[in-house]
Amino acid sequence: MAFRLFASIILNKYLMKHSFLIAAIFFLSASASFGQRYFTKTGYVSFYSDTPIEKIEAHNKSANCVLDLNTGKLEFGVLIKGFQFEKALMQEHFNENYLESDKYPKALFKGQIDNYSKIDDTKNGKITCKISGDLTMHGITKKITTDAEIVVNNGKIEAESQFNILVADYNISIPSLVKDQIAKSVKVNVRLNLEQLKM
Amino acid sequence: MKTNFLFLVLLLSFSFVRAQDDMLSLLGEEKTIQYTNASFKTNRVINLHSLENTAGGVLDFKISHRFSTLNGGFYELFGLDNSTIRIGLDYGLSDVLTIGAGRSSYEKAYDGFIKYKFIRQSTGKRRMPITAALLLTSAIQTLKWSNPDRDNFFSNRLYYTSQLIIGRKFSQSFSMQLSPTLVHRNLVKTDIEKNDVYALGAAARIKLSRRVALNAEYIYLLPDQVASDYTNSLSVGFDIETGGHVFQLHFTNSTSMIEKGFISETTNKWNDGGIHFGFNVSRVFTLKHKNLD
Repeated sequence: MAFRLFASIILNKYLMKHSFLIAAIFFLSASASFGQRYFTKTGYVSFYSDTPIEKIEAHNKSANCVLDLNTGKLEFGVLIKGFQFEKALMQEHFNENYLESDKYPKALFKGQIDNYSKIDDTKNGKITCKISGDLTMHGITKKITTDAEIVVNNGKIEAESQFNILVADYNISIPSLVKDQIAKSVKVNVRLNLEQLKM
Repeated sequence: MKTNFLFLVLLLSFSFVRAQDDMLSLLGEEKTIQYTNASFKTNRVINLHSLENTAGGVLDFKISHRFSTLNGGFYELFGLDNSTIRIGLDYGLSDVLTIGAGRSSYEKAYDGFIKYKFIRQSTGKRRMPITAALLLTSAIQTLKWSNPDRDNFFSNRLYYTSQLIIGRKFSQSFSMQLSPTLVHRNLVKTDIEKNDVYALGAAARIKLSRRVALNAEYIYLLPDQVASDYTNSLSVGFDIETGGHVFQLHFTNSTSMIEKGFISETTNKWNDGGIHFGFNVSRVFTLKHKNLD
């Protein structure tokens, strides 16, 4: 208690002394992060589970993504219920039994592009880069790293990536009855057409 | 100095909120509609139609049995010696429109229905707290006329049911619905019985695990419509899902599996053991695959 009081007095004194400076820093950093951001609300994500018995694929065309070119940060969100399957029953089982979309409605990715400084949105070009970050799905967060291709095309940014995720990593239990029908590793494709975000 | 400090605190808290918020929030609200699905495991609770429809392009083949009553005792092996059966096919013309037909051994009845979901529970761009559907069924019983010498009209064999189904999936594991119903019988046995029978059905399910659910339904008949030996229908059972099949195992005091029967002609009573063990087996076949592009 005494320590907390003491600490807060020190902190207050410090803050008061430097308040202008700190305020200035926050203002600066805030304005800096309002830089070049790109976004989409119609990102495409699909996944494939391929086994000799059954091929399962699902598509989602309403992924949200924001890319910040100043920091190389990329955030990506997709609603689990937005995945469309060929068979309604698969879709129901996917939502009800495997991903539990009422409880965990979204899959989120927060990542960092390694050589983002090479992306120049003023001229057309193509670069390959590495993106690594955290993928949260079904209540579990795991690190993933993937290669992505980024194309600047007349002020728009197209990004494309493929990676594999292990079903077991995300605590998705598959009953033994259907375990031969669902692949242990699922291939994910992501395709984004990003436009500049105007604040 | 003091205002300065306050200003700083304000600014700090503001930037803190910003830091917590992810960049995705810049995009605002989700612009898609997410329909709530799987309020029940299949399109029937037990006897009653549930909130769910057969998905578009899907054929649902149903075989249902009701054994005889438990009070038959060991001699009848608690009703297992006798059973009535209904074989039916339901097809989803779209995700909101289902048609179906069936044939019951009980009263040798043929039945058909059309079910249209006109309100779908959803979140996202459109928030809708409930699902509502309209069910219209008709049935023809084809027993030999009990009195062939009388003037018997074909229309005497016909029965119609109109039912509104209103309900909500409250959580991942709990759903509930109400089913106000009107059953019309073209011919009734005695003149104290009404041709039109009004009833209110209520049903709920609780998911016990990802693949097993507990269901219950009760149908209340409004007073003074049917003969005194008819009673309200009460059924309790389990849904067990195994991939493409749903097994529904239940206990009910109704013998018939079609609306006009289990709503307006239930005679057995739970309290004297007039309980049928029964099951519905549902197997779905995807006839039309969804186009994913």
